[in-house]
Amino acid sequence: MEITMNVNGERWDISAAPADVLLDVLREKVGVKSPKIGCERGDCGSCTILLEGKTVRSCLVLAVEVDGQEITTVEGIGLEGLSRLQDLLLNNNAFQCGFCAPGIVLSATELLNNNPSPTRHDVQEALAGNLCRCTGYEPIIEAVLAAGSKAGAQ
Amino acid sequence: MVIAKEFEYQRPATLGEATRILAGHPGSARVLAGGTDLIAWLRDGAVAPDLVVDIKAIPDLHDLRIESDTLHIGGLVTFSDVIGSDVIAERAPLLAEMSETVGSTGIRNRATLAGNICSAVPSCDAAPVLLGYDTTVHLTGPGGDRTVDLNDWFLGPRRTARTDDEIVTHLTVEVPVHGGVYVKLMRYAGEDLAQAAVGIVAYPNDVYRVTFGAVAPVPFRSARIEETLRGRPLDDELIANVVAMVGDEISPITDIRATAAYRTRMTEVMLERGLRAARDRLNGEGPAYGERLI
Repeated sequence: MEITMNVNGERWDISAAPADVLLDVLREKVGVKSPKIGCERGDCGSCTILLEGKTVRSCLVLAVEVDGQEITTVEGIGLEGLSRLQDLLLNNNAFQCGFCAPGIVLSATELLNNNPSPTRHDVQEALAGNLCRCTGYEPIIEAVLAAGSKAGAQ
Repeated sequence: MVIAKEFEYQRPATLGEATRILAGHPGSARVLAGGTDLIAWLRDGAVAPDLVVDIKAIPDLHDLRIESDTLHIGGLVTFSDVIGSDVIAERAPLLAEMSETVGSTGIRNRATLAGNICSAVPSCDAAPVLLGYDTTVHLTGPGGDRTVDLNDWFLGPRRTARTDDEIVTHLTVEVPVHGGVYVKLMRYAGEDLAQAAVGIVAYPNDVYRVTFGAVAPVPFRSARIEETLRGRPLDDELIANVVAMVGDEISPITDIRATAAYRTRMTEVMLERGLRAARDRLNGEGPAYGERLI
């Protein structure tokens, strides 16, 4: 099937079979590698993307479902340099291996878009579906809280 | 891992068109809404349809509104829609409390309540709460429209009263004055299936609905416990009486996520705490909705 999607501001006309999963199409055909292949059953969050501004698990979406829709990955968030959130994650040494980082950046971005001053509980809930096996979450949570706090605003 | 079996994909723009397509593929088509169960099952090979019919382009299925005491939940309303709804917050915050326990935000943005009861896994979160209300499932299919009382919906694990060629257009849920709780036992908060779940809705004059999830082949109401509670003020003795009935009412299994004994003991604790919280919430007191009891 011929489908069209907008990925990080760029239009892509793609040929995809109905059984092609969006995650695989993004990585193999579009060439964005930030969504990671993890559990492939919606548990780990490493394949998270923004679809029409909302986080979804791209391992649980067929490519043909998103015909005509807009997708943002970490590549798209960093188009004009790192976001404030990304800077804070970096400065806080929030990641080690980085496998979970794209998913966490997108989940936290969605949270901050909807709720500019989240509480610790809000952050924990928003990131609950993104597994990190390196840092124990604390530096990640601290960075997101700092990104949301008025005190830390630039 | 890819989806091994090829299939056809169609995205009809109207209910009528969707119904015609499904009628033309008896037994070999699957309806796709949020896909958080279906895509995983396609990948596992648990289902292998020839045709997937995506209903997300059908405009009439997104409604979430209330008329008098009747909540209308369209077939494509997601758990995130419920969490963000002012109508829900005002009239049935219990549905938001339940929705917040489903998967993660990325799942809730996609997964629908109607899909949850159609998938009908024993741990399905929507059921214990929806069974606490008078809930009717509205379907359309080649034979026309029909309704099914949610009490008659669940036939077995992953089996419902819906036939393969029918689409759930919406649910209607009666939400008169009430208080309620959804208590879900998980290995960790944030993202897990229920190991055991208790849904309670308290109505005025000491009327309670008591529902269990993940501790039997299907989510179910306990008529015996509801009858024992009916019309009696909830005190320690009454609570102890119904908690003692739990072991006979539920039939949990031991699996990788929990033992039957653990599920049973925790269900007793959840019923006890849940009953008090539901009563208090009916009276405008008790823990805020969303606060976890275990």
